[in-house]
Formats: sequence, C-alpha cells, structure tokens
Amino acid sequence: MPLLEIKSVSYQAGAAKILDDLCLSVEGAEVHALLGTNGTGKSTLAYLIAGCEGYKPTAGTILFDGRAIQTFKIHERAQLGITMAWQEPVRFEGISVAQYLTLKNRELNPAPYLAMVGLEPRRYLARMVDRSLSGGERKRIELASILALHPRLAIFDEPDSGIDMLSIHDIINVINICKENGSAVLLITHREEIALIADKASQICRGKIVCSGPPAKVAAYYKSRQCLTCDTEGRADGCP
Amino acid sequence: MDALEQLMQAFANTGGDRAVLADSATAHLVADGHTILSSRAIEGIEVEARETASGISATVRVRQGVRLTNPVHLCFGVLHKRGSQNIRMDVHLEKNASASFIAHCIFPGAEQVIHAMDAVVTIGEGAEMRYSETHFHGLHGGVEAIPKAVVSVGKNGRYLGEFNLITGRVGRLAIDYAVEAHENAVVELTARVFGHGRDTIEIKEKVVLAGENSRGLIKTRVAIEDEASAEITGITEGNAAGARGHVDCMEIVKDKAVASAIPVVRVTNPLAKVTHEAAIGSVDKRQMETLMVHGLSPEEAVEVIVKGILS
Repeated sequence: MPLLEIKSVSYQAGAAKILDDLCLSVEGAEVHALLGTNGTGKSTLAYLIAGCEGYKPTAGTILFDGRAIQTFKIHERAQLGITMAWQEPVRFEGISVAQYLTLKNRELNPAPYLAMVGLEPRRYLARMVDRSLSGGERKRIELASILALHPRLAIFDEPDSGIDMLSIHDIINVINICKENGSAVLLITHREEIALIADKASQICRGKIVCSGPPAKVAAYYKSRQCLTCDTEGRADGCP
Repeated sequence: MDALEQLMQAFANTGGDRAVLADSATAHLVADGHTILSSRAIEGIEVEARETASGISATVRVRQGVRLTNPVHLCFGVLHKRGSQNIRMDVHLEKNASASFIAHCIFPGAEQVIHAMDAVVTIGEGAEMRYSETHFHGLHGGVEAIPKAVVSVGKNGRYLGEFNLITGRVGRLAIDYAVEAHENAVVELTARVFGHGRDTIEIKEKVVLAGENSRGLIKTRVAIEDEASAEITGITEGNAAGARGHVDCMEIVKDKAVASAIPVVRVTNPLAKVTHEAAIGSVDKRQMETLMVHGLSPEEAVEVIVKGILS
C-alpha cells in the first residue's frame, strides 16, 4: 500500500480547473519528484495534501496510509506525519531560530539540524526568524525545521527557488537525510537536475500527471518537451 | 507581613529579583501607594524621594560621566484593592552619563486603583538612558494606569524606552509619551500590551526629531481579545536635515476586540525622512498554517504568534 495515494483528485477555483482527475502515489521512504512548469498545479497539489485552508478536492480522494484524509485539518495531518516546506517561508517576529526548530519538541537539540542545511548553529540559533534573515537563510531554516520534525511525508515546494546554485547540494543533502531517516519526500520542482536525485518522478501538466517513471527518463522528456506537447486535454504524446 | 515584604513578594511573583533590594551596589526606590517604603542612592547617583500631599515626588540624578553598572530599580505598587498612586518623577542624566532603569508597577489585587505617573526626563549631551517598565495589574481589570513622560535627549544622547504589560488584565491604560531628540540623538520607544475582557488601551507616543541627523523609532505591538479595544497613535516629526524616523505598529485582533492605529508623520525639513507602517488584523493565515504544518494546534499557533510579537 502506498504511503500517499492521490486518487482522481480534481480541484477547481472559480471557473478555473487547476487539478483534473489527478492520480499519484508515493511509497514510504520514496523520494518522488513532481516536475512541472509554472502554473501547472504543483503547489496547489501540495496545499491539498497538506490541508491548507480553502484547499479541498472538488472530486477524488487523498489517502495517507490507507486513510482518507481530505476532511482532516492541517495540524491533524501534521500529527499523522505530513509536513511541508513552503516555497516562500513566512517570517515570525519574536521567535528565535532555536524556538522555531523546537516548536513541537522543546527537548530537541536544534543545532545538528542547522548544520545539516549548511548554517553554523552558533551564529543562527539566537537569531530571529524575521526580516533580519535573507530569503536564502530563511529557506534553509525551513528545511532544517522539516528535518527536525522527522516526518513520514515531507513535501518540499520548490526548495531550490531563491537559493543560489552553490546551495543546491545542501538541498540534495536534506532530501537524502530525509530518505535515510525513513521519510518519504514529495519534491516539487521545475528543474530537472533536482528531480534526478529522486527514486521516481512524475510530470504534471495542466493539472494532470502526464508522465511517470524513472527520473532520468521523465526529466529528459520534461526537458525536451515540457508542456508544449500537451494537448488541451492535458494529454502528453509519448511519455516514456 | 509588612507592606515592603508584601510588595517584594508581589514583585517576585511577577518575575522580579527581590535580592536587588538588599544589594548595596544597586540604587532603588520602592513605594506602596503614597508611602515610600525603601530607597537607596549609590555613588554617582542621587535619589531623593518624598511623600507630598498629593502623592510621591522623586528626583533621580546621574552625575556627569558616571556610567552605572547595575540598573536602578524602581518598584511602585498599590497593595490594597482600592487606592491611588500619583508619582512625579524627575530624572536627569548629566553629560556623558549612562544608566539603565528597571521599573515594576505592580497592582496584584487591584479592583479600583488609579496609578498616574508624570515623568520629566532630561538626557544630557552624550548621555544614554535605557528605561524598561513592566506592569502587572492583576486579574480583575480594575486598574487605570496613566503614564505620562516628557523626555529631552541632548546632542549625541540616546534614549531607549520600553513599556510591557502582557500578563494579566490591563484595565484602562492611557500612555502619553513625548520625546524630543536633538542633534545626532537616538530615540527608540517600544510598547507591548496584551488586552483581554473589556480592557481599553490608548497609547500616544510622539517623537520630535529636532536636531540634525537625529533618529527615532516608535514600535508598538498590541494583541487584544474578547471585547478589548486599542487605539495607537504614533507621531513622528522630522524637523531637521538628516533626521530619520519610523513608526511601526502591529496589532493582532481576536474575537470582538477593536483596534485602530493612527500613524502621524510630519516633515518640516526637506532633508528629513519619516516613514510608517501599520498592520492590524487577525493572526496571519500563512503564519498559522506554517506553525500548524509543524504540528501545532490552531490555539497553540495563535499563542506562539502572539507571544512572539509581544516578546
């Protein structure tokens, strides 16, 4: 049984159909890359899985560990082990990095998790998670907070956006640590080189999964055609 | 238990360190209502306090060039359920002096208490004063606190003022601070208040940047719930070349509480610049979701956010 199973999920916002009969499975401890260009529904899918306010499937089922979770609230899903790192993490006034990394477990030593994302604990633990941090620093702290949670499923929504190329290896490191810890990862990205670290990849186009399989093949297909060859129904022509 | 012991017990209950009173290297002034219970001056600082027909009058003077290592502790309170406390305070920091003040205003069992503070502060050239005032008004909402201060900060001087009332009820709070900053002076005013029940909060803080290259920041953080109300007025005037000021107000509103913010910026010199920002509303949705995706319940998430802005 897959850890996460998205069964024929559709999502409509007003007249716009964002997700259309989408199916996707993620196994336990699997790193699954979801490739897609801007506006194809990647982040919407992440919000539906995490249970963000206002994001409920208009059709279909989301199963986690075999349990339908679409009526569960965001924190109830988090308590089941689903968490997410946002594409643009928010800032908090008056909350230190150390507090942020130990929100759910005050006994935890947060230092090793900062080191895992390339931040020197001594320099960052007492700093505030506010505007004094750069976008890249804030993003790394978000990734560290996910590692500290030891989730069963971590959704990374474009972890590479806003981070310089030199830091890509830190992201890959984070994902590998998740995997070593037994966490499944849904890795949302529009960069095929990031997707290559996954065990499996899928391409999303106009709210549908148009292609799934080994990352190298899906990435090659995505790189060569991206969404250009999808027809208006969202079908691709010749996914490997 | 005598009044001093009772007040010190209340002081300790609100996080104060009662050992400071016994420390011969630390200046202090302690008063219950209109009765002075204890005071101490140390070398370099004069503390003169007297009981008057209408309340307490105190003068604190830090001598030229004296840089106090230990903060001066002020502890004011009313131990009875009903009563009043009127304090007239004159503080002078002479040229190049430096001192920190920690004030506790404690009204643990107040049901109908008025606390009025009228302070005049003069900070001399190159002098620096840090003033932190923490209030505890008990759980009944029976305190009316009216702190007023007029502060003058001399050339190259610094004044960093903090007001905190985040535990227990507020009752009615009406702050009225006015600070004038002279050449190269720096002023920072920070207020943090958490209102509940039918508490009413009025905060008016004014910084006049009168001197060239003076700097001013007014930062206000207020959270209100139930039927509490808050009106925050932050006024900054830029009247000299190179003056820079900023007004930053954030209010979180829950339940039926009502908040308003009135930032006033006024510039009379084209080389001065004053900015403002104000955010009022319920707890930020994205912040809530971020904390909830970390496993916090909605109630826990609100608590973390509110504590954060009030910390």
